[in-house]
Amino acid sequence: MLRFIARRVLETIPVLLTIATVTFFMMRLAPGGPFDKEKATTPEIKAAVESYYGLNKPLLEQYLKVLGGYLKGDLGPDYKYPNRTVAELIAGSFPVSLELGCWSLAIALVLGVTAGLIAAIRKNSLFDYSAMSLAMAGICLPTFVLGPLLALGFAIHVHWFNASGWDFARDRVLPALTLGLFYSAYIARLTRGGMLEILNQDFIRTASAKGASTARVLFKHALRGGIAPVVSFLGPAAAGIITGSFVVETIFNIPGLGRFFITSAFNRDYTLVLGTVLFYAVLIVAFNLLVDIAQVCLNPKLKFE
Amino acid sequence: MPGIRATRNSGITVWTIRWHSTWGNQLPLPLVRNSILAVITALIAVFFSGCTPPPTRTSYGDREQILFRGNGAEPQDVDPQIVTGVPEDHIIVALFEGLVSEDPRDLHPVPGVAESWEVSGDAKTYTFHLRKNAKWSDGDPITAADFIRSYQRMLMPTLAAEYAYMLYVVINAEGFNKGQIKDFSRVGFKALDDFTLEVRLNGPTPYFLSLLTHYSWYPVPISVIERCGPVDQRGNRWTRPENFVGNGPFVLAKWRVNDLLSVRKSPTYWDAARVKLQEIRFYPIESLDTEERTFRAGQLHVTYEAPLARVDSYKRNQPDLLRVDPYLGTYIYRLNVTKPPLNDRRVRRALALAMDRAAIATRIRRAGEAPAYCFTPPNCAAYTSRAKLPYDVEQARRLLAEAGYPDGRGFPRLTIMFNTLESHRAIAEAVQQMWKRDLNIDVELENHEWMVYIDNQRTLNYQVGRYGWIGDYVDPNSFLNMFLSGGGNNQTGWTNKEYDRLLAEAGQTGDQEKRYELFQEAEAILLEEAPLIPIYHYTHPYLLRPSVQGWYPTLLDHHPYKYVYLQPTKENLTRSQTPTLAMP
Repeated sequence: MLRFIARRVLETIPVLLTIATVTFFMMRLAPGGPFDKEKATTPEIKAAVESYYGLNKPLLEQYLKVLGGYLKGDLGPDYKYPNRTVAELIAGSFPVSLELGCWSLAIALVLGVTAGLIAAIRKNSLFDYSAMSLAMAGICLPTFVLGPLLALGFAIHVHWFNASGWDFARDRVLPALTLGLFYSAYIARLTRGGMLEILNQDFIRTASAKGASTARVLFKHALRGGIAPVVSFLGPAAAGIITGSFVVETIFNIPGLGRFFITSAFNRDYTLVLGTVLFYAVLIVAFNLLVDIAQVCLNPKLKFE
Repeated sequence: MPGIRATRNSGITVWTIRWHSTWGNQLPLPLVRNSILAVITALIAVFFSGCTPPPTRTSYGDREQILFRGNGAEPQDVDPQIVTGVPEDHIIVALFEGLVSEDPRDLHPVPGVAESWEVSGDAKTYTFHLRKNAKWSDGDPITAADFIRSYQRMLMPTLAAEYAYMLYVVINAEGFNKGQIKDFSRVGFKALDDFTLEVRLNGPTPYFLSLLTHYSWYPVPISVIERCGPVDQRGNRWTRPENFVGNGPFVLAKWRVNDLLSVRKSPTYWDAARVKLQEIRFYPIESLDTEERTFRAGQLHVTYEAPLARVDSYKRNQPDLLRVDPYLGTYIYRLNVTKPPLNDRRVRRALALAMDRAAIATRIRRAGEAPAYCFTPPNCAAYTSRAKLPYDVEQARRLLAEAGYPDGRGFPRLTIMFNTLESHRAIAEAVQQMWKRDLNIDVELENHEWMVYIDNQRTLNYQVGRYGWIGDYVDPNSFLNMFLSGGGNNQTGWTNKEYDRLLAEAGQTGDQEKRYELFQEAEAILLEEAPLIPIYHYTHPYLLRPSVQGWYPTLLDHHPYKYVYLQPTKENLTRSQTPTLAMP
């Protein structure tokens, strides 16, 4: 298993290098630059700012300098917020996104797996139909509709929560629900599908025939296989839920990394774009690796190779 | 995977308990504690919500004199010599004070750090007498030398301050900033003694005192900056709350990126007795819809801007919460005069005359904007352009026929470019229909992402492009200078020697009446040549709680905080708790 992990980590290096290179050059090819403003300053002043950050040097030289910086752990200064570094901005905002992501994931898993399980056990019952219709609605309802609706209902019509902010424990509730409900809908459908497939298998009938209780059959024998589709979904989902919360972060004005990820591209904030892209890339690679390990643990037919 | 290994245990109870505990182990402890807290608070909130509504944040602020302000974007910095934006301006005026400051009602210059000043007979030399009780927030007195060292930093080519050109009215300031002059003593600043500052200008500059209220003219604490790093380098950390020193009515207290920046009353400010607010909290809320919801939930006293779609609803249901102030800006279409057919003056004028701007202002914008028939907003420092570019379809058709396109025949396809935003599209669609209906010409619409749009305008890679120009200070030349030949914001390719000459002459005269007459002539040329089509003059719609006092409508959206205070009223308390607006 260690060798498997080591090999996967080594494989990551060229992946990250490719991502860094493509991002760097695509960003530079995009029209405009970090110091282009709607109200232009004089050409001399603009040239002075650009040369301050070395943006007037040949592109290849800048690229090598950036890579060299990354090897030394220096992600560079930020252009938009001149008294902060990229590392500082990421370190300051990622814990917020992570916390939001964890709450959402917890809501998604608890609600999704429970609903999916019950729906699978009571197949074609009223519960099954209503839960699955709700899940379908949840998948179709985008977060930018659900978020404002929750805020209108719970922050404005009844003052239970704040409409935006990240100060108090209760400020976590609405954003986590908004993000979590969407994923719980997916997970519910995946769980139901996975469980139904397993419950039809011979070994389940055998277990029941041997006199195992329903609970034992379900949780000891069926769940382990039935949950597999959820686990493989969890890799990209967890990365997405932690990183892709831009919409929710904007709706509830949460100081997370997702906002930087999007606005840095709009601002042509080159160093922050590269920093966030690489950071996300590392996260996604890491989550995929974790999921692969989990798959092998769950399914004895698979081996580390 | 501990959570999944737990599934090997049989029995539903065991499974659920393990499931939770294993997830708990994976999460940092504070998260777990927070989760329990969140559930308990939620339950308590649910339980009590039926009885009385909890007090809102603003009603707490009203009692404690804490102003909660929605502030658009995260400030780049609060170093007045580095930043360029409006959200930064809102914060910096609380933290610093220039030689003069602004009257809260009409923004006329009133004494700031300078308690008085004299102007020489030729209007080119200003002598400022600084007040002796003006102090930095670390207790040091503010001297004339502090101002001079600040201006030196502002103009250092190595700092590359983007607003350095605001100081170019001073003798040799431009040369020093461009590196042509190395010796700063040749720049027109001089300390006559510790508390007397002399500034010599290139020409009579009647708006000079208004210019001084711009943050690029504020003093910065050079000795503190030096302690935190090289003075002329960016990335200096002197503006972090732990290092910060300013000279304004407030000092920096807290700064959490993308979350909150708060300032509290400064005890060392010379006019502290007048300052009633104890604290101001700025929230960088980029989405206007989020900001509006936050306001309705009683978390903000004042918003950055009201979403256009909600303006009508506020007008009908809660007019006392909506404020629409005049704003010194004009929404225009730039015309690229370097390419046919827009290189023909008659075509440009025809397009301008065939645009029903009253319809655009009243039916599309709807926030009290005035249709624009000239470029400089009317009554800008008592100047109103006599020349007009009216809505006149007959004349437009005639001009188009003269240019060789009778009834639009043979007219090449025209493209209107704008940055992606719903209201820009709505205006462009209306213009598209007007030009089709009245001139029978076909127009295409092209929307671009923000930077692409800016780049296309800069490189003249467009035909018709929307633009919004906001004045930096209240003087007609803040507008008319935009169209000087080769000016950085001209971006139409239009040049006119007579126009340049008139403005240069205006810059050299101290006689305000003659100066305005020269502006009249210049603006007449501008509108006759029409490298731009003025569409409407801006307003600034925003939401404001009635408890906020001393917050007057001003042309530049400036509200000097030392005159602002909060007065809780029973009426507004009950209203803020039971909003009556229907769901959109």
